[in-house]
Amino acid sequence: MPLLWALRDELRLTGTKFGCGVAQCGACTVLLDGMSRRSCVTPIGTLEGADVRTIEDLDGPEAKAVQAAWVDINVPQCGFCQSGQVVSATALLRELPKPTDEDIDNAMAGNICRCATYARIRQAIRQASDALEG
Amino acid sequence: MTPINHRPTRRAFLAGSAGLVLAMHLPTRGRAQGTPAAALNGDFAPNAFVRIAPDDSVTVLVKHIEIGQGANTGLPILVAEELDADWSQMRAEQAPADASLYINTAFGIQGTGGSTGLSNSYMTMRTAGATARAMLVSTAAVEWDVPEDEITVTKGVITHAGAGKSSGFGAFVDAAALRPVPAGVPLKDPSQFTLIGGEGVTRLDSAAKSTGAAQFTIDVFREGMQVVAMIHPPKFGGTVASFDAAAALEIAGVEAVRQVPSGIAVYAANTYAAFKGRDAVNVEWDDSAAETRSSDEIARTFAEAARHPAKLVAEAGDVDTALSDAAQVIEADYLFPYLAHAAMEPLDGVIELRDDGAEVWAGEQIPTISQQTMAGVLGIAPPGIEIHTMYAGGSFGRRATPDSHFAAELANVAKAAGPGAYKLIYTRENDMRAGYYRPLTAHHLKAGLDADGNITAWTNTVANQSIIDGTPFSMMMKDGLDATSYEGSNDLPYAMPASRLSWAQMQAGVPVLWWRSVGHTHTAYAVETFLDQVLLAAGRDPVEGRLALMRDDRPRDAAVLTRVAEMADWSGPGTGNRRLGVAVVRSFGTYVAQIAEVEDRGGMPHVTRVWCAVDCGLAVTPDVVRAQMEGGIGFGLGTLLHDEITLDEGGTVRQSNYDNYPMLRIGEMPKIEVSILNSGAEPTGVGEPGTPPIAPAVSNAWRALTGKMPYRLPYAAGSV
Repeated sequence: MPLLWALRDELRLTGTKFGCGVAQCGACTVLLDGMSRRSCVTPIGTLEGADVRTIEDLDGPEAKAVQAAWVDINVPQCGFCQSGQVVSATALLRELPKPTDEDIDNAMAGNICRCATYARIRQAIRQASDALEG
Repeated sequence: MTPINHRPTRRAFLAGSAGLVLAMHLPTRGRAQGTPAAALNGDFAPNAFVRIAPDDSVTVLVKHIEIGQGANTGLPILVAEELDADWSQMRAEQAPADASLYINTAFGIQGTGGSTGLSNSYMTMRTAGATARAMLVSTAAVEWDVPEDEITVTKGVITHAGAGKSSGFGAFVDAAALRPVPAGVPLKDPSQFTLIGGEGVTRLDSAAKSTGAAQFTIDVFREGMQVVAMIHPPKFGGTVASFDAAAALEIAGVEAVRQVPSGIAVYAANTYAAFKGRDAVNVEWDDSAAETRSSDEIARTFAEAARHPAKLVAEAGDVDTALSDAAQVIEADYLFPYLAHAAMEPLDGVIELRDDGAEVWAGEQIPTISQQTMAGVLGIAPPGIEIHTMYAGGSFGRRATPDSHFAAELANVAKAAGPGAYKLIYTRENDMRAGYYRPLTAHHLKAGLDADGNITAWTNTVANQSIIDGTPFSMMMKDGLDATSYEGSNDLPYAMPASRLSWAQMQAGVPVLWWRSVGHTHTAYAVETFLDQVLLAAGRDPVEGRLALMRDDRPRDAAVLTRVAEMADWSGPGTGNRRLGVAVVRSFGTYVAQIAEVEDRGGMPHVTRVWCAVDCGLAVTPDVVRAQMEGGIGFGLGTLLHDEITLDEGGTVRQSNYDNYPMLRIGEMPKIEVSILNSGAEPTGVGEPGTPPIAPAVSNAWRALTGKMPYRLPYAAGSV
């Protein structure tokens, strides 16, 4: 069973979303040993001993800064993709605390937002980055 | 007990364990047929919008579904403004399906669409807030034994300075419940607004949607619930001839496979098993009544029809004489593909069927029609079906189906299996191939110019399927005309000496539906790129040329166009590797002009910047207006570049998922600057109007850059 359905149907951790089932949309993004992964194509059989963090379980200064910026800038519209966006943004800032716009576009390229909140996603990541520095 | 009072009552406040409910008699307007006589003759119908709890929290029952457009923020702001509440004490809750209380006064039914949510609520919700405030004040006056007019309310605090008294709302809820409802409570003058039109408002759903806490339909779990996946006919109109479920039933977790009217339903213990089972069922299809034409064949038929005389929609002046006298006649044919909405939450719904009724969790834009549809399937009276409206993971029109096909399928899934709880969830492939697309559309335009380059005649023939014919919405048709098919092609802001608009109603077995901005999705492109072509032929500047043509009675179009030209420092389309293109469109009562800056990146347009000027009357929540312009631009841009639904030979849909129906991604998102003009008009919607201008603006820039105009969309289809 893919991790996505184990999280959602078995553990009832529903913040991680189903959008495509084929690693195209990023709505199911989780942190696996600190790296962003598409849970819809990650079989649970491969996860023995792995550290899985979902949107419900994000912690640390990067996650807090990202979520604070997301709310402050009113990033979400329909909101369905935003768990995945927040997880990917958190992973980015852990890897690159001061990302350039190009870094942001590359790191977030796998996360679709059908409402096209992308301009605010960029802005919120920059704001979170500044907040972490300050 | 249920926290909401569903029944009309003459009492204003009803005390209950959940606090207070403000149930009021408020005037409504625009009642449509089917509503009670009392509502037609009198001007009053019961409404229930505000609940104030002992803990001071103010909950607004939002009669429009929150699909990202900001309903759960915009409607509470209207209440909070007149209530003089503090924004931090406001809550939003989706109202239940009950057309007697939660009607959309623009439609006459309970529903969300047409960018009407804010505009039809503007007076109603303000009145609800003002009335609640008046009752709290009169209660305080009695309890404190002071004159009402010496009491002030600021940010949720009721104060009498002279008596040294102050209190939150919660302390008065019990006493206020016993007071009569005042009628005709005055509303604020807009100059007194503190929240409406203000900045710094945090959307009430931002936090829940940034932490994974927001509950969508897909997140609903019920005791003993089975997950159901569907197998649909691969061709529109096909039916099940026979099926073999043996292999599917061997999959762990698959519990049953049943035939329902819309196809084969696989019932399982979890989603993974349901989806695996879906792939394992062997189905033989009967295609004898199916649409078997390819979309290319359908498109050829439609394009041909657009070049022939069709039903007259509007005509002014002597078009034929003007064309025959013209020094130059310019023609263009446009072709727009079927489009899927592709909302990120696939269609889904949860139903719990009991012997005596049903409870449903869904993201429905027209909940009461869905309620009636399910009632019909299940043989239950509509009030026996309780609908909980959940957050919807996007819609763009997809969750507003006049035939309620999804609600019917959900009910049939439950009916076939008997009492119990079921979550019906589409795979992405189900969702993309289910039809209900933006109609494939052909336009044929013709313009006559005199020797000086002035437009003397303008004709347009639109050929497509009707969205509303044959549905409960067909009552909106007049003289056999469906305005959603060509809206935006008529009543142009430009003065044309002679003009004619015609419509050819086409038939195809592909179900069609409104898609963010409906007819404007194609009419704006055809009109605004063809006009650019004509201005180019006459050697005129795209902005100056448009302004010179603007009718005197369309100052708001001219104002947004002028503003956007200032924002972009417009002095023509420019030179070099980056060019500018412009478009201006009025849709749903809102005026939007956009200028796109475009460069050539590997033979495809890359949009670096967009300037957007919008006049939506009073901008109740400017940040939501900006967000909808940004999102509408991205939505229209991704579609222009990438998207089409095609039917292969034989009639099967080729696209299946986001890999072959690509969405705009972050690297393609332009920088966007939005300017809001306050024309002083009452508020109009913003959910859709941001979308129409971007595609023509980009293509006008692309023509300036490359000399080529795509007449067939999308760009990825390779016509450019």
